[in-house]
Amino acid sequence: MGIGLETFWSRLTSGKSGVSRIRNFDPAGLPVQIAGEIHDFDPTVWMTPKEAKRTDRVVHFAVAAAKLAWQDAGEPSVDPSRTAVVISTGVGGLTSFVHQLEVMAAKGPDRISPFLVPQMMPNASAGQVAMAFGFTGPNECITTACAAGAHGVGEAFRMVRDGLADAAIAGGTEAAILPITVAGFAQAHALTKNPDPERASRPFDKHRDGFVLSEGACALVLETEEHAAARGARIYAEFAGFGQSADAHHITAPHPEGLGAIQAIEACLQDAGETPEAIDYINAHGTSTQLNDAAETRAIKKVLGDHAYHVAISSTKSMTGHMVGAAGAVEAGVAAMAISRGVIPPTINYETPDEVCDLDYVPNQAREATVRLAVSNAFGFGGHNAVVALRRYDS
Amino acid sequence: MDMNELQTKVCTILAENLSIPIEQVTPQARFQEDLDADSLDLVEAVLALEEEFNVTIPEEEMEGVRTVGQAIQLVADKLGVAA
Repeated sequence: MGIGLETFWSRLTSGKSGVSRIRNFDPAGLPVQIAGEIHDFDPTVWMTPKEAKRTDRVVHFAVAAAKLAWQDAGEPSVDPSRTAVVISTGVGGLTSFVHQLEVMAAKGPDRISPFLVPQMMPNASAGQVAMAFGFTGPNECITTACAAGAHGVGEAFRMVRDGLADAAIAGGTEAAILPITVAGFAQAHALTKNPDPERASRPFDKHRDGFVLSEGACALVLETEEHAAARGARIYAEFAGFGQSADAHHITAPHPEGLGAIQAIEACLQDAGETPEAIDYINAHGTSTQLNDAAETRAIKKVLGDHAYHVAISSTKSMTGHMVGAAGAVEAGVAAMAISRGVIPPTINYETPDEVCDLDYVPNQAREATVRLAVSNAFGFGGHNAVVALRRYDS
Repeated sequence: MDMNELQTKVCTILAENLSIPIEQVTPQARFQEDLDADSLDLVEAVLALEEEFNVTIPEEEMEGVRTVGQAIQLVADKLGVAA
């Protein structure tokens, strides 16, 4: 989908897919051969060659996203001890781990890199971003799988709101497209078997059959109103609320009635001081699995009642695929952009309506709309539900 | 191989491994102060030398190695290359 906000937003609102046949390794022999990869990424744009060597690809993405966000925010002057960093991930530095497993098997423990542990640990991105900026405020990494990015921005929001920090860099990162993960997700029947890269991710469509695995990162800059106002910051939106819950149901499948999702959406709305009828846009979790899209639709109907049929819902995973730990952060960003730019990105590949999924999913074409309140859902393997709300900022 | 060849090879490997220009990797260069290499960097660099020259350099033998020249000498001794 591109590097940088404007490139990403342009492709998103044009309904372009970022999915292709896997190129970063040879996928021959794997049951799934498509993914949302980032091609030709040069980490030395964002860090020194030595730092790039010493860190995993997942960290490269995180640092790039954090620096892009900070630049976009105008590189504000901050008190480093009052600036938080929360960078979530699903699995962290898997590439490094898998590589060193091969070294271990071939050459033994004495040839293992001393950097293996700091490369593979999921918190590496959060630590490295703090190091890149010198931010010594609260620093966490949240690892709730497909909900991690939403938990990440949600927790940073709470840190700032609770007065632990005046500003924060918050986001998610994932770089786990490897033969082992493709095989693992495929064996769990989670991935689409559709071989057509740009049409395989089809959330809410009757013929959806699983998600497309993707990689990437997104970071948001959060600030208190006072801090932002004082420096005349350009504000995309107000972070309004964060709600979460657990399904406590099944380790991979969502509760079929979306009970956990309902609870999380309601908690989010309560936290934001908003009613369901006030929602203008929902960026759905919308993975393109039979189970999620049905359960999520049921949850939306339960919470919104009749308003469910009047709200715009779209799944940008139709274009980006599923970036796992980064998804929730990307999608919170999309919600902010929808508010700021007055455009709702589409759910592409929507061709055949489904009996259960009968809401307005903004099919195939972006839509201009006034969005005051947007909600973004993220539901992770393990039954983790994280929902964030953003609303238009009126000073 | 002779000492000159060995020196060139070691310096090339260190430059590549530490991601620094080869001109900086002189025998007098100190790993920490001049080449910005911390203890983990050094472990990784030694792994690369072990790999290239097919030698084993136990940790105890790395103690006291502070300069590139000392690392070159260490490898030279393992290979039986005379100064």
